[in-house]
Amino acid sequence: MFKPPSLVQLPGVRGMAARPGFRHGVHPPDAKELSRARTIRRMPFPAEVVLPLRQHTGKPARPLVKPGDRVERGDKIAAADGFVSVPIHASAAGVVKSIGWWPHADGTMAEAIRIQVARFSAQLPRPRMVPHWEGLTPAQVVAAVQEAGVVGLGGAAFPAHVKLQPPPDCPIEFLLVNGAECEPYLTSDHRVMVEYAERVWFGVRIMMHALGVPRCVVGVEKNKPDAIEALRAAAPTGLDVRVEALTVKYPQGAEKMLIHAVTGREVPSGKLPMHVGTVVQNVGSIAAIAEVFETGMPLVERIVSVTGPAIKDPQNLIVPVGTKLRDVLDYCGGLTEDVAEIVFGGPMMGIAQPDLDAPLIKGTSGVVALTKAQARPRTVHPCIQCARCLDACPVFLNPSKLGRLAQAGRYEEMAKHHLADCMLCGSCSYVCPSSIPLSQMFALAKAAERRRKEQAA
Amino acid sequence: MSTVDRATAAARLRGIPGPGAGRGASERTPDWGRVALQLTASPHIKAPDSTERIMWTVVASLLPVVLAAGWYFGVSAWLVIGTATVGAVGTERLLSGGAAVRDGSAAITGILLGLTLPAGMPLWMALLGGVFGIAFGKLLFGGLGQNVFNPALVGRAFLQAAFPVAITTWPAPRQGFLAQVGDTFALPLMSPAVDVTTTATPLAEMKFEGTTTALNDLVLGSTAGSLGETAGILILLGGAYLALRNYLDWRIPVGILGTVALLSAALNLVDPAFPDPLFMIFSGGLLLGAVYMATDMVTSPVTRAGAWIFAAGIGFLVVLIRVWGGLPEGVMYAILLMNAMVPFIDRATQPRVFGTVRGREGA
Repeated sequence: MFKPPSLVQLPGVRGMAARPGFRHGVHPPDAKELSRARTIRRMPFPAEVVLPLRQHTGKPARPLVKPGDRVERGDKIAAADGFVSVPIHASAAGVVKSIGWWPHADGTMAEAIRIQVARFSAQLPRPRMVPHWEGLTPAQVVAAVQEAGVVGLGGAAFPAHVKLQPPPDCPIEFLLVNGAECEPYLTSDHRVMVEYAERVWFGVRIMMHALGVPRCVVGVEKNKPDAIEALRAAAPTGLDVRVEALTVKYPQGAEKMLIHAVTGREVPSGKLPMHVGTVVQNVGSIAAIAEVFETGMPLVERIVSVTGPAIKDPQNLIVPVGTKLRDVLDYCGGLTEDVAEIVFGGPMMGIAQPDLDAPLIKGTSGVVALTKAQARPRTVHPCIQCARCLDACPVFLNPSKLGRLAQAGRYEEMAKHHLADCMLCGSCSYVCPSSIPLSQMFALAKAAERRRKEQAA
Repeated sequence: MSTVDRATAAARLRGIPGPGAGRGASERTPDWGRVALQLTASPHIKAPDSTERIMWTVVASLLPVVLAAGWYFGVSAWLVIGTATVGAVGTERLLSGGAAVRDGSAAITGILLGLTLPAGMPLWMALLGGVFGIAFGKLLFGGLGQNVFNPALVGRAFLQAAFPVAITTWPAPRQGFLAQVGDTFALPLMSPAVDVTTTATPLAEMKFEGTTTALNDLVLGSTAGSLGETAGILILLGGAYLALRNYLDWRIPVGILGTVALLSAALNLVDPAFPDPLFMIFSGGLLLGAVYMATDMVTSPVTRAGAWIFAAGIGFLVVLIRVWGGLPEGVMYAILLMNAMVPFIDRATQPRVFGTVRGREGA
């Protein structure tokens, strides 16, 4: 096959990426200066928390409480329903008000447990046993992580314990910790690495013990030099761990891109990281797991960046899970006049919120408020085949072609053009000068294909 | 779960979320007034480049070339370019509306067409070329983004077929500001009475008389030729600027000029009667074609490997036509022929999808 000489790196032209990195991708302004220097603060408890039963990928939890029940902070209020599921714990002491439909952070309605927070409670947890991790077998660690309700805190909210138990036919060589935080604006992982470096390494130890792997690599984008420094300074001796500084590029934090950046390996299409001998865990999840084994407290709070140009006082906050968006915004000084859109997660893959009463859940890594100038609707022009989307797509698809097929509704044909490999990172839509909603159309096409397969099955 | 809860919550979803409204308002109700929130799918931010900006920047980068054409050939140059542009933009406006005009692509077509014409071209012919280029080269295929061939070159090919004499009547440059005006305003369907000095283009001289032109004349553009082909330096500067802003694919001009240089150098080595590479590059419409015509995004390949193949094909055909063909110049046909190949090139050079093995579906 003819291969273009991509050694020449002309300005304005994205050629072969320098390792450690991946090829293609986009460079949105990272805009992290808004909150990157703000130390993590604990937000006061709100008057009410709303805990959806579905806060993770997999089966929703089963409620264990009924309206009127008194709960303490950290009490289990819903149980895991199967292996790919995690329990939910009360994030504040109070009284269960109701169990019913409530706006969910994914924009839909979902069943949720509402807790009226006790007004003058000290919010102290019940006394509990803290297991010593070294005395536990890997299976016991996995069970403890599941029981603590830990999910991937990077956004996808995949139950953390499932990744800790790879099938025997997939030997794991090393643990890969995802500290890329490539989404613009978000700084929560950054602050965790700077302020809780020790805790991150403690979590790494536990994970390595559970997985039985000898090595660990932490990947951090180069735009967080203080995080890299803090992690390296706190790195445990006598353990084969290394912090890798990665190129600053979106989507560096996508599992497949991160693995490629660090190892040069490509996760085969349709396969998982464990098929190339690694397990990827977000740095925030690692810190959360460490906390479980430090205090015995399950996952009842998380660190959230509340930022964006339309937030008056951008911050990194420890927020009780289930705190309503309204209360978080209130604590951060409210919104500016020109707010247009509030997104849970980062601006590239996050979900726009229609309702200020939607709760922040376990997977909510950030609240980003964008201005009218940023979120203004744009005129959609025809595709001019400028090929920017091909140069942006981190998995080397042809979004231009896929877009044409999607517009024509030819979803089945899109599968032949590897729609399944699209991870909806939004890079193509971001660069498209004609403002064609490519990734948005691909999301619809994927949903339609999924439905078609379900109906066929 | 109470039905009341479901109903109020659903109502709240539909309505504009404001403070304090409905159930469960927190005790510290914020006072932000009513906030109307936008709901769009991700990504929520967008790179600043837009199709309009790309197109109008290309137009702007062509302005020095247009100015230079006036400097060399007098006011007729601007009249010809302006008329071709009016023909192209007017046709677009008439057949597909004002929004299509604002994207700037029709203006590029018109200016580029004008730049391929000789200074003495009667305006009615230039207008016709613009109309034909847009109507048959672009709108017939479905408008912006759908056409197979470069519309400016379709317009020019039409003029070449329809008015072979007028389009090959090359006035010598620097004859005074108003020299060609008489021909320019020739009435429709009348042939111009050429009353200015005309001369052969360097390529025609090379082909039919075996003489070459001094390189500095070529580079500075003080030779006969179409309006846009004499300002080589300005075209290269404009192209370099566009390439730096990623508004054109640098692989295409580099590939075309490289192929032409390599092939002509090889021929020149074999037999010095063949023109040397620098003459080949700076004569005729090669620079304008390589930098501005072949790089038209719509009619060039989307893959990087494809861009190299496309460029090499054009360079090869240019040398072939110039050296062995019946015409002195072959850039137009070379590009049009390779335009037709683009869908095949694209199909053959699809990038290997991440995590798959090339040639094996799905992996």
